[in-house]
Formats: sequence, structure tokens, C-alpha cells
Amino acid sequence: MWQASSVLIALGVLAPVVSLIWLALGADWAHWKHLVQYVLPDAALNTAMLMGGVGVLTLVVGTGCAWLVSAHDFPGRKLLHWALLLPLAMPAYIVAFAYLDLLHPIGPVQGALRWMLGYSSPREWRLPDLRSMGGAIFVLGFVLYPYVYMTARAMFMTQPAHLMEAARMLGESRWGAFRRVALPMARPALAVGLSLALLETLNDIGASEFLGVNTLTVSVYTTWITRTDLAGAAQIACSMLLVVIALVWLERHARRHQRYGSAQRMRAIQPERLHGAKAWLATLFTALPVLIGFIAPAAYLCWETYKRLSQGQGVSTGLWMSLGNTLTLALGVTVVTVIAGLIIAWATRNGVSTRHPSRWQARVATLGYAIPGTVLAIGLLTPALALDGGIARLLNLTGLPLMALGVILVVACSIRFLVIPVGGIESGLQRIPSTLEQASRLLGETAFGTLLRVHLPLLKPAVATSALLVFVDAMKELPATLLLRPANFDTLATWLYAEAARGTYEEGAVAALLIVVAGLLPVVLLAKTQLQPTTQTLENPQD
Amino acid sequence: MKHRFSFALTLAALAATAAVSTAQAQEVTLYTTREPALIQPLLAAFTAQSKIKVNTVFVKDGLLERVKAEGERSPADVLMTVDAGNLLDLVDGGVTQPVKSAALESVIPANLRGADGQWFTLSMRARVLYAEKNLPLKSFRYEDLADPKWKGKVCIRAGQHPYNTGLIAAMIAHDGEAKTEKWLQGVKSNLARKATGGDRDVARDILGGICDIGIANTYYVGHMKASKEGTDARKWGDAIKVIKPTFANEKSGGTHVNISGASVAKHAPQRENAVKLLEFLVSEPAQNMYAQANYEHPVRKGVALDPVVAASIGELKIDPLPLTEIAKHRKQASALVDKVGFDR
Repeated sequence: MWQASSVLIALGVLAPVVSLIWLALGADWAHWKHLVQYVLPDAALNTAMLMGGVGVLTLVVGTGCAWLVSAHDFPGRKLLHWALLLPLAMPAYIVAFAYLDLLHPIGPVQGALRWMLGYSSPREWRLPDLRSMGGAIFVLGFVLYPYVYMTARAMFMTQPAHLMEAARMLGESRWGAFRRVALPMARPALAVGLSLALLETLNDIGASEFLGVNTLTVSVYTTWITRTDLAGAAQIACSMLLVVIALVWLERHARRHQRYGSAQRMRAIQPERLHGAKAWLATLFTALPVLIGFIAPAAYLCWETYKRLSQGQGVSTGLWMSLGNTLTLALGVTVVTVIAGLIIAWATRNGVSTRHPSRWQARVATLGYAIPGTVLAIGLLTPALALDGGIARLLNLTGLPLMALGVILVVACSIRFLVIPVGGIESGLQRIPSTLEQASRLLGETAFGTLLRVHLPLLKPAVATSALLVFVDAMKELPATLLLRPANFDTLATWLYAEAARGTYEEGAVAALLIVVAGLLPVVLLAKTQLQPTTQTLENPQD
Repeated sequence: MKHRFSFALTLAALAATAAVSTAQAQEVTLYTTREPALIQPLLAAFTAQSKIKVNTVFVKDGLLERVKAEGERSPADVLMTVDAGNLLDLVDGGVTQPVKSAALESVIPANLRGADGQWFTLSMRARVLYAEKNLPLKSFRYEDLADPKWKGKVCIRAGQHPYNTGLIAAMIAHDGEAKTEKWLQGVKSNLARKATGGDRDVARDILGGICDIGIANTYYVGHMKASKEGTDARKWGDAIKVIKPTFANEKSGGTHVNISGASVAKHAPQRENAVKLLEFLVSEPAQNMYAQANYEHPVRKGVALDPVVAASIGELKIDPLPLTEIAKHRKQASALVDKVGFDR
């Protein structure tokens, strides 16, 4: 039953992939000579550099901040420990746009610098252009570090203090204990966070395109749009997919023998109070990411919105309707992905079956996130609309009911974000000792009963975290929504995009601000579920 | 369990029937890659005049793929997009149908519509030169963009953008591929920054001192120069002047334009209303709106330009090369962009 549902869901996720492969195989491969000669080397290099840069930046910032707020006490820590999550509410393309404006030669930053240095015109003095590889790494790194921060923080918070204390007693310095005990223990969490950040980077089109970085994803896009060569684009997308699969497999393979569950009673790490310059350095290091990833772009949006509103441009009813649509879509996607994620993670959990074939479903769930949104939507079009047409014929309806009701859109977004609950719940399950399940089953409980009465209460933080993450991501989703929405259905992201398409991004400031504001609530909730000490019941259900 | 499933099915069926039955009222469904804000006023005017409700789906990329996959059940009546190449792709993809309409044919010149009425031009925009307003420059040829004297002074959006591949395709049609490649190489080495951003960034970057000249579309000029005093857009607009370039060879003598246009979908459930909508869009009031609200050049003769556009750009002398001829070279143009590493 579990296995069957899990396989069914995985097949659903595979449908667009199979359709893409079918598309890719259906075309000739003649243009590969051109691609290999002129496009792919550069695009692959750009992608590698971008992912490498963003990976290092998110790891350093995310892990660094998580460790600082977990093991130390310094001014502002109470505020910063949840504020560090705020960039999650910010779509990367909005942040890229905000920085293009803020750091432009005629923008406020360079204007102030010129004034201080005594130059009157940008023709006399200006900073290097943000539109570069470095700029893209900067923007994406500071938007995406919360994925690493969040998972690392949760891990450090629930890490047993006695291990650290043992290391310290054995003569390790605090840094040594961090490096040799805390960090290796946090590896699965870091891997989950990092892979989300990297897949998000791989998927990004908006920010990279703004900043002039031609990644593989952008090439897929260009090949499809400019040459009307969908098959060619599918071919590149499938090749990219192979790389992603290889990466995910490598990461899994590297830690295949590790188990992180523990049934011992534990005490969490007590933060050590920092003093003087050290304390303020810690404050600075943890405040900077919030400033760069959230406060500066948010302040920019507020200022632009204020300018629009003061010029008499109100918030139209259409915009409010878009807000409603956005929330409905995000809620639908969240419900679907969390249920599907629970089924997959439960059906493929460790202990129930250690053989590989039963675990492929969980890996399949990664695919949706790895395919660029538009390409995924294109892949889904054929199978989904064939099903839709079939249903319409069966019920004797004209038109396409699933498409018209937005069901296909919800399915597409769910496929895309399924990896978040699967990954989150899986790593949550990993930390629950398998003896609990054995005990429950020995006492006559069914698998479903065990999930419901033993694991679900313990998994609550993991489920809540995944749900909120999916909610925030679904709110920002753009490419699949643009392609698969029913008539007269706008979300805040498509609204904003419409302004962008006209080149008038600043007109979309109100919509952008609404996306951020609507995303704030889930992020704050996320901070509450994720970062409160209640998570420790995970280790210690009796207390 | 079984009960619940059939209940859900009934519910879905009911909702779908509701959705379908409203579709049978006086309606027309428009799939468009054009920004809703640009065409919404036109659609509202159409509804006010005809009492026909317009449903819109703003699809950015993948219009062809979606309509194709929807097949004969597709609710789409009108497909609207920019660039002749995109329209030809829709025709080649088999998702359009021929339309015979005296109203359309009398207004739109033959070189601006497809054979058999498969597609129609609704408005035009020229690809022109934005130049720093104090630059002593009176005329310009597209070929001059590669002149070494502009080294480090040229701004332009990504070479792979349809507006640019259109221009490069026109160059190929005029001068051949080899010459165009050399030209593109020259433009590339003249770039002041990465070929990226949008058309308005050209004006902004000229104001920011990054470049002196750049290529961009006409309607942004109207939009920027007509913005309220004191806004950023107005400052960018005021920093530039516009020169209408031509091609160097004798056959040409006109400025490169790209278009916005539309087709009637092959399986249009409301075919009649679709034609009505197209006819409305080339009517005088609608063409006036294209000119006044969108700052585009109307396809209909005798419609006045927006005053700001008239003052800063004026009437167009269009490159006489047929759009279909240019569109043929589009893929070649895109390949050239890769070959010279224009966007690198």
C-alpha cells in the first residue's frame, strides 16, 4: 500500500522527465557540433563557477552564522538567530534587480561615494559593474544561504552537548571541537541545505540573466526560444539532469554507512558568552547577511513602493486578486507535496527495507527541482493534457477541465518542490531511532498507526519546516505558473513579471513588496518551529 | 473510500461544467506573450464596444507548445505575440488558421501579414540608436556599430534576444552571413559592458556614463520621455536622443522594424469573435491607443503618433525587406551570436 502509493507518486514525477527524454530522442543531434563548439564549454564553465561560488558562500555564511548563534552569545543574537532566515522571503530575481538599481553608477551608493570623493559625474569615477560572475555569486549567495543556515542551525541546536564536552576534555579547542565533532555530525543537514541552494542556483534564470551570466540553464532556454528548438533544449536539459543525478548520488554514496539516530537522553549545547571586540565581530558577521540579503533590497522595495503610492498609483483590485491566487496556489502545492513527501519518505525509510530498489522513489523526487521550471512545465504539458483530454472525453465535457481548474499547475509546482518535504522528512526520520518503530510494531501497531502515533508527533518540526519552505517557494514560483495557468489567473510573481517584461520593474515594486510581505509570515513561523528549543523533544520525547 | 472518490469526481465535473458553460457566453480567449498592462486598455475598449468578454492568458515562453499540447480542445481563440519570426513559428507549428477579412486586408499592407491571412501585424516598433544627448551625431548606419571609434562605448541587450536576432537576421539578408559575422565581431569588441539587461538599460547606462550609444526599441523612448518630471525613467529618457539608423547598401535605406501581431488559433471555439477582436485591434480607435498609450508606430495609415514619439523619433522609413525574408535568417543569426561569443 505505502510502496504502491510511493511508486505512483514517483511515476508522476517521472512523467515530465520521460516526456523530455522522448522529445530529446526524437530530434537529430546535428546541432551538437555547434553547441559543443560554441555554447556548452562556456556555459558549463559559467555554471560550475557560479555553483562553486554560491556553494562556498552559502556554506561559509550559513554554517558560520548557524554555529555562531548556536554556540555563542553576543549582542543581537536573539534577534539575528531568526532574522537570518529573512532572505528566504526574497525571490532572487527581485534582489538582483534591487542591487542593479542600488549599485548602478547613478544609484544612491555610488552617488554617495562620488560625493564623498569629490567627483561630480559618473564619467569621472565609478565602481566596476555588478553585471558579472562575481555579482551573480554575491546576489545568489546572500539570497540562498538561509537554506544552509536553517538546516545547520537545527542540527547544532539538537546536537548533544556531551559530545562537544568530551572533545573539549580531550584537549580540543572550541574551534577544533566544532571542526572535528559538530561539523561532521551536521553533515547530512548541511548536505540537504547545500543541495537545495545549489539546485536553486542551477534553476535560476532571472537573476543570472539580469547579471549577464550565461549558465547551462540559460542556454537551454536560448536554444529553445531563439531557435524554436524544443528537442535541442530537451537534449541539453537531459544532459544536465545526468550531472545532477551524479551529484546527488555521489553525496549519498559518500555517507551511505552513516546513521544519525540516537536514543540517549541529551542536553543541548549551552551558548558561551562572548565579550568585547569578539562579541561585536560576531554581531557584525551575523548581521551582514541579513543586511545584504534582506534589509537593503526590502528597503529599496519600500522606497519604490512609497514613490509609486505617493504619485497616486494605488494598489489595484487585480493585485489583491493576485495575492489571493498566490496564497491559494501556495497552499494547494504545500498540502500536496507534504502528503506526497510523507508517503515517499515513510515508504522508503531506512530499516523497513535497506535494499536499493525500494529507495529510488526518494531520489526521483529530486528530479523536479533539478529541471528548470519552464522545461519541467513543457515536459509535463504532453502527458498532463493527454490525461486531461481523456478525462474530458470520459465525462463528456468540452474543453480541458484539469487545465481550466488549475490542477495541472498545482501538480507541476508540486513535482517541482516535492524534494523539500521528502528531504526534510527523510532527514527527520533518520534521527528517530529505529528501535522506536520496532517497539511500536512489536506492540501490535500497524505501519500507519506507527507513523501516525509515534513518528508524526516526533516529525512535527521537520514537517512544519518543509511545509513552510514549500509555501514560500511556491509563492515565488514563476516559470511553471507562466506556462500552465488557466485564463485570467495572475499570481504576484506573474504580475511582477509582466512589468519586468515591459522593462518597468520598478512599477512592479508593489507586487514585489507584497510577495515579500506575504512570504514574511511563513518565514517567521519557520523561525518559530525551526529555531525554538521545542525541537529538542525530537531527541528527548519524555521531557 | 470509494464513495469519497466518486464524490470528488462529481465535484470536479460540476466545477468543470461551470467553467465550460461560462465559456459559451459571448467570450473570446486570448493567449498572449505581450505584457498584459500594454494591451489591457485595448481589450477593455473592445469589451465595452462589442460586449464580448476577453479572457487572457499571458504566456511568456512556450505559447506554441501549450497550444499544440492542448490540441483541438484548446480554449484559445487568438494568439498574440511579437516578432514576425514567432508568428511564423506558430504558422509552421500548425496552430493557426487562415482568415479572410476585408477589414484586415485593407488596413495592413501585404508585406506585414502572412500568406492566406495566417497572421497579421498590429503595431510596429523600430530598432533605433540611443545616443548621449550632446554627442555630435546626425546620422548612423547599423554597420557603424562595428566602427573601432566606438570601442568601449556601445551598450546593447543580449544578442540572443529576439529583437537583436531580428536585426542580425536583417543584416544577413542584406549583406550575407560572412559580412554579418565580421560586423558582429566588431560590435562585440566595441561593447562597454556585457550584452545584457533590457532596452531601457541602454538609456540608463548612457546616463550613468557606462556607454555613449546603444541599440534599443522605439517605444521605450516614448515611455521614458513621457514619464513624469523627476522620475528615474524621465531622467534616463532625457539623457538620450534618438537616431534612426539605416543599412549601408543601396537596396535598403530604411530602418529595421519588428512587429507585434496576432493569429486566429486553429481550433478556436469562438472563431467569429476572434476575427472581431483582430478587426477591432486595427480599427482607428484601437490603433490610436497603440500609438498613444504604448508609444508604438501604428500599422494603420493616417493615425497620429504620440506627440513625444513624433518629436523624438517621428515617422518611420521602414526597411523594405519583407519580414518573412528576415525571419528566414533568424536561426542563422542566433547561431552567429554563439559563434562570436556575443553574450559571453
